[in-house]
Amino acid sequence: MKEFLFVYRADYETYPSARKSPEEMQAITQKWMNWVAGIAAQGKLADRGNSLVPSGKVLKSNGSISDGPYTEIKESIMGYTLVKASSIEEATALANGCPILSVGGNVEIREIRAI
Amino acid sequence: MQQHELIPHLFRTEYSKIVAVLCHSFDLKHLEIAEDIASDTFLKAAETWGIKGVPENPAAWLYAVAKNKTKDYFRHNAVREKQVKETIRSNNVETEPDFEFTHQNIADSQLSMIFSVCDGDISPDAQICLALQILCGFSVEEIANAFLTNLATVKKRLQRARAVLRNGNFHIKTLVETEIKTRSDNVLKTLYLLFNEGYFSKTNNQLIRKDLCSEAIRLTSILVGNALTNTPQTNALLALMYFQSSRFDARTDEIGEVILLEDQDKSLWDNELIERGNHYLVNAFHGNEVSKYHLEAAIAYWHTTPTPERKWENILTLYNQLILIEYSPVTALNRTFAFAKVYGTEKGIQEAEKLHLNNSSPYHSLLGYLYANLDIDKSIDHYEQAIALTNSRIERQTLTKEVERLKRR
Repeated sequence: MKEFLFVYRADYETYPSARKSPEEMQAITQKWMNWVAGIAAQGKLADRGNSLVPSGKVLKSNGSISDGPYTEIKESIMGYTLVKASSIEEATALANGCPILSVGGNVEIREIRAI
Repeated sequence: MQQHELIPHLFRTEYSKIVAVLCHSFDLKHLEIAEDIASDTFLKAAETWGIKGVPENPAAWLYAVAKNKTKDYFRHNAVREKQVKETIRSNNVETEPDFEFTHQNIADSQLSMIFSVCDGDISPDAQICLALQILCGFSVEEIANAFLTNLATVKKRLQRARAVLRNGNFHIKTLVETEIKTRSDNVLKTLYLLFNEGYFSKTNNQLIRKDLCSEAIRLTSILVGNALTNTPQTNALLALMYFQSSRFDARTDEIGEVILLEDQDKSLWDNELIERGNHYLVNAFHGNEVSKYHLEAAIAYWHTTPTPERKWENILTLYNQLILIEYSPVTALNRTFAFAKVYGTEKGIQEAEKLHLNNSSPYHSLLGYLYANLDIDKSIDHYEQAIALTNSRIERQTLTKEVERLKRR
């Protein structure tokens, strides 16, 4: 079994988190929970990962620091998960049904190269 | 109680206490001697009570005899004891250990004994055998019956386990907080497995099964009774055991077939046990810790409440958390069942088919169950695979009946 990183990206501007009612927030949490647990139920979850706080900083080679990263690129990393799969195809199939897709986001699937 | 029932009954309840107190008083390396003394004590009881009648307080009589026999042993084996002393690094072993069979000493000794037996270096199966023999006073035959295995296998397991105990550096006399902390995960796991061995046992013998469950509850209660081991996790485990036990009589029919929760006669549920489960579940939530026992107990709690709102949503959430803590095929299947209850059969089937547990009988019976109202042929096909894969005769009967019922539709 190899390990793969799922990187969740979406546009914070259109990502429907902060403006939602508690019930709607609960429904979103439930969706993510069901989805991650669904991978765990297949015995393919390596690490459930985390979600990221929207605000951050970007440090560049010239020493400049900017608030970001969403000011410059439309899509931001929302979170990540580690899964186990025998191939990139299988890992990609696992990403099906990810709740990020239903809000116009995407999942990037990358194989982990063990160091 | 008739006299011929009294000694076996006392044997079950007092033998393990005597062994525990003796070991606690003169260390674990003497386990076999402690067992000999306890056995001799019961032999003497059988002889004496037959002639003179049963004493007023049989347990106290046994304790007194065991204590005298221990003193005798140490006097008459003074030479040997000297040798034993020399092999033990600390030279402070008393010639005559001083001890009393007080309530407190029995409880402390049994707690120490539980921690000695549940040694991570011993295989889980062997730990359970050892627990049944040393902590519960089961005979080798009874253990073999409970496991549906032969005497030789049980004896072998016990021998290996005892060798580990003898060679281990665990000192039963000085059970300290750090040892309790490092060992308690394993202790709880063994008690959990002991309970499950009874609850989901392969044997049909209801008596043996109930015995295993009540012994697991008794031992877990000892942990709850001591401040050092009265943790949220222990309370959660005890709550789980009580909730499960409350359905003991309802979950199988007269020929031993398992009845699904939703089809059970709820009037057979034992409300007193449910109440105890509630009590320990409340205790378990002092603090922020959420262990797998908390989650399983909470799931069992939802199952004991007849028809609450959002029952299956709550159960699914708990199973989601449980599968993230620890993967097991059983948890995966139970979670999928709850998922189907919340989101409907079709989504449930999609979720189930992702599991690919093709060699598992319960996997196919779940799919058989889910397909029953959508696609009878597929349902029958899955049930037949489940039948082919199961080792349990009872399970085969139950599933075959279901297939016949579907074929008549």
